[in-house]
Amino acid sequence: MSNPLKDIKDISKEIYEKILKKKLPSLNMPIRSLQNVSYDPKVGYFEMIGKAKERTLAASTIKTFAQSLRMMSLSKELIETDDIATKRETYYVSKNWGEARFHEQPESDTVMDDIEAMLMVNREQIGFIPEEKGGDVAGRLVVIDKDQETNKELRIDCTKFGSGAYSIPASVEHLKFETDAKFILAIETAGMFQRLVKHKYWQKANCILISMGGVPTRACRRFIRRLSDERKLPVYVFVDCDPYGIGNIYRTLKVGSGNAAHINKFFCVPQAKYLGVTPQDIIDYNLPTHPLLEIDVKKIKDLLKNDPFILHYKEWQQALKQLDSMKKRAEQQALAKWGLNFVIEKYLPDKLKNPKTWLP
Amino acid sequence: MVQKTLVEELKKGKTADENEIKEDSKLRSTDDSSKAKAHEMAKLQREIGVAEFFAKNRHLLGFDNKRKALLTTVKEAVDNSLDACEEAAILPEISVEMVDMGNDRFRVIVEDNGPGIVKKQIPNIFAKLLYGSKFHRLRMSRGQQGIGISASVMYSQLTTGKASKIVSKIHPKEPANYYELQIDTQKNKPEILKEATLDWNKEHGTRIELDLEGTYQKGTQSVDQYLKQTAIVNPHVTIIYTTPKAEQIIFPRATEILPKIPHEIKPHPYGVELGVLIQMLKNTQTKTLQQFFGDEFSRVGPGAAKQICEIARLLPKTRPSEVTIEMADRLIQAIKETKIIAPPTDCISPIGAELLEKGLKKEINAEFYCSVTRPPEVYRGNPFIIEAALAYGGEQEKEVPMNILRYANRVPLLFQQGACATTKAVQQTNWRSYGLSQSSGAVPVGPITLVVHMASVWVPFTSESKEAIAHYPEIIKEIRLAIQECGRKLGMYMAKKKLIGDEFKKRSYIEIYIPHVADALKELIGLKEKDKEQVELNLHEILEKKRGKLDKLEFDASKNAEFDEEFAKIGKEIEKEVKEEVKEEIKKLKGEKDEYQDRLD
Repeated sequence: MSNPLKDIKDISKEIYEKILKKKLPSLNMPIRSLQNVSYDPKVGYFEMIGKAKERTLAASTIKTFAQSLRMMSLSKELIETDDIATKRETYYVSKNWGEARFHEQPESDTVMDDIEAMLMVNREQIGFIPEEKGGDVAGRLVVIDKDQETNKELRIDCTKFGSGAYSIPASVEHLKFETDAKFILAIETAGMFQRLVKHKYWQKANCILISMGGVPTRACRRFIRRLSDERKLPVYVFVDCDPYGIGNIYRTLKVGSGNAAHINKFFCVPQAKYLGVTPQDIIDYNLPTHPLLEIDVKKIKDLLKNDPFILHYKEWQQALKQLDSMKKRAEQQALAKWGLNFVIEKYLPDKLKNPKTWLP
Repeated sequence: MVQKTLVEELKKGKTADENEIKEDSKLRSTDDSSKAKAHEMAKLQREIGVAEFFAKNRHLLGFDNKRKALLTTVKEAVDNSLDACEEAAILPEISVEMVDMGNDRFRVIVEDNGPGIVKKQIPNIFAKLLYGSKFHRLRMSRGQQGIGISASVMYSQLTTGKASKIVSKIHPKEPANYYELQIDTQKNKPEILKEATLDWNKEHGTRIELDLEGTYQKGTQSVDQYLKQTAIVNPHVTIIYTTPKAEQIIFPRATEILPKIPHEIKPHPYGVELGVLIQMLKNTQTKTLQQFFGDEFSRVGPGAAKQICEIARLLPKTRPSEVTIEMADRLIQAIKETKIIAPPTDCISPIGAELLEKGLKKEINAEFYCSVTRPPEVYRGNPFIIEAALAYGGEQEKEVPMNILRYANRVPLLFQQGACATTKAVQQTNWRSYGLSQSSGAVPVGPITLVVHMASVWVPFTSESKEAIAHYPEIIKEIRLAIQECGRKLGMYMAKKKLIGDEFKKRSYIEIYIPHVADALKELIGLKEKDKEQVELNLHEILEKKRGKLDKLEFDASKNAEFDEEFAKIGKEIEKEVKEEVKEEIKKLKGEKDEYQDRLD
């Protein structure tokens, strides 16, 4: 593992020495976007291709240059005192920085992401944590955690939350797992997760259910990855059939994002498979649909043109074109048209038996 | 030549009237009653004297109101004095005195050190309209028509009944001639009331004293302003001016060098119109067409003359008197197709870009000046030169329309700005591209003063009072080109200023964050306060090195050594008072409105 504290100090010293020699100081950071990633299925995730941006004494970058140094200083203090700050707290800390303060939290988040990317670490490693929830888990899994006070081992049985669920923590590196489940089912919506939990689908199918609640958080991605890697479990993804479900939720879970490409290596699940809902399912199951919105059509075009993952798979290009030509989208819960438990009794068993209907 | 034609019309007036009467009676000879009426009417028809005409239409000569009458009188006298001095190569020293006689009456005394006027000419020059030396010559001068000063004499006699008193002396050893003159307005002839010789303690010169009805006001369009503006473009002139309030203002000469004496020229073929050509063909003494073109025009050599004839399919030996209208038309076409050198320009004496700019600097404390003298151009065969100068920024007011100072043959034009070709050209110029704001087709708004001078052997004015230059396309075009040349320089200055302004803004912006960089580094690597200060110092130095030295374009009021504050104030005093008056007026109106509102409530 890298040593972010040392990196922060080294970078700072380098800048200081440059200034002493009266040379232009600067910070170089990777560009965080799809333009700066490539996809190779052998690697399994989006890799950065080395495009960088410079922050220095220029009118356009001086403010973020100062802010980055300020935030590096905050991070150094957090690591040294073994403390943490949430993204929101960090934003409030900046209010002490006079003219260099952030006006809105997104500005602060951006600088934070840039520092992460520059140091090639996950934000938790430099003392910053998100407010977001990791995701919910139910099923045949025992999570082994530690008591926050006594450091004693804690065994959490994910079958014993009744109608509730185990909540994935912000940091998952220390967790251990015991399970006899056959697969992991990652679900987009809390609603569908509730239905499957209610009817103890995890028992019927001998699996672990994870609710992602939209685009999976880093913790959620890392949790699924570690669980899958360590217990050799396949991961099936069950999302809405629309460009968002495919291009944002599934793609980010499987290969990571352009925005946080520096950590994709750890925060992705390359073995994930797209179980449904596929565009073909809309036809096969005669699902009720909504028309594609203008924003959906745009997103499809963008995916087909710019997303290295989609560009790699003909199957995905065909599926997206099919969606585009149907001009329709369908939600997971549209399956309820055939009965509330149609998804449990018919759809999921059918799909699991038929890997040919999946998408890569 | 608007005024020329009007004047000619007036001279011809009689014959045209008589012809009409004859035709009238012929047409109606069958009807006896109408015939009688016609005869009755014919009795009423009679010649209108030129003087009589102008006595009734005094506004045509610049005597529309009392205030303007005073200015016009001073202007005509001063213009004549300057013309005379320059023609005689004498550095002009002119004294202008106005005495308030009460009851809206003023005595105007203008005295010069010119060559003087020979005895027998004095009555005609001062008391006969349309008598002068300048009308028939193609040479640059202030006066053109021979109306101005006699019109003042006439106005004086019409409003006060007094005679004008003239003293003129042509040689130190001869006595001065003294005249008291009026005009016989019906006959347009001088009436000599008194004639004498006297001793005058002056080597040579002329002095005129006339009483007239007038109003004296300071401010724009005042005698003060006229004399000041005259001084600006005539730096070789000394004017000693005594106002009716007995204040004495001296405009001393700034140079001992007289403007080059302009030569007289013949018309240039370009721009000569058919009618004029026919007239010239009729009047010429020459025997052949080739001679005619060579002798009566400037810049036409034997080659060019032959070529014109050839293109017009006429023999060079054709007698001018045999040229028909149709042939003359072909000649006009041929002239257009023949390459002829531009007219000689020694007939015009421009002020010069440098002097124009210097004058402007004296009047206005600005941050940027530029000036240009255009090459000579021709309109209707008359050569002319346009000069322009502008002053931008500094102490000038920002949200006002451009201040335009117009000159024609070194005479300031104070009235009828809206009707002037200069204004037209200003409006046609796109000032926005030079960084000023301008609504389409209007005079631009901004802290800017523009000077335009037209020098020509014949400046076409829109009226006899010589207040605005007529809208000849060639003239407007040249003015526009001169303005554009200045405008481009201004545009470059404005762009540079903006660049520096932007750069300055960027730099200050970057400098805001330098302490934050230093603070963060201090925390990151545990610097001491002293080291942190060094970091800040170095960062400022690095910034300076990276972005280069910053030029200063800020306005410095003390930079302009030419600027003369006292001088600049002349002619502007009243504006403040007027503003106060306007404010009072507005206050009053508001009060009335409130009262009205109260009553409504």
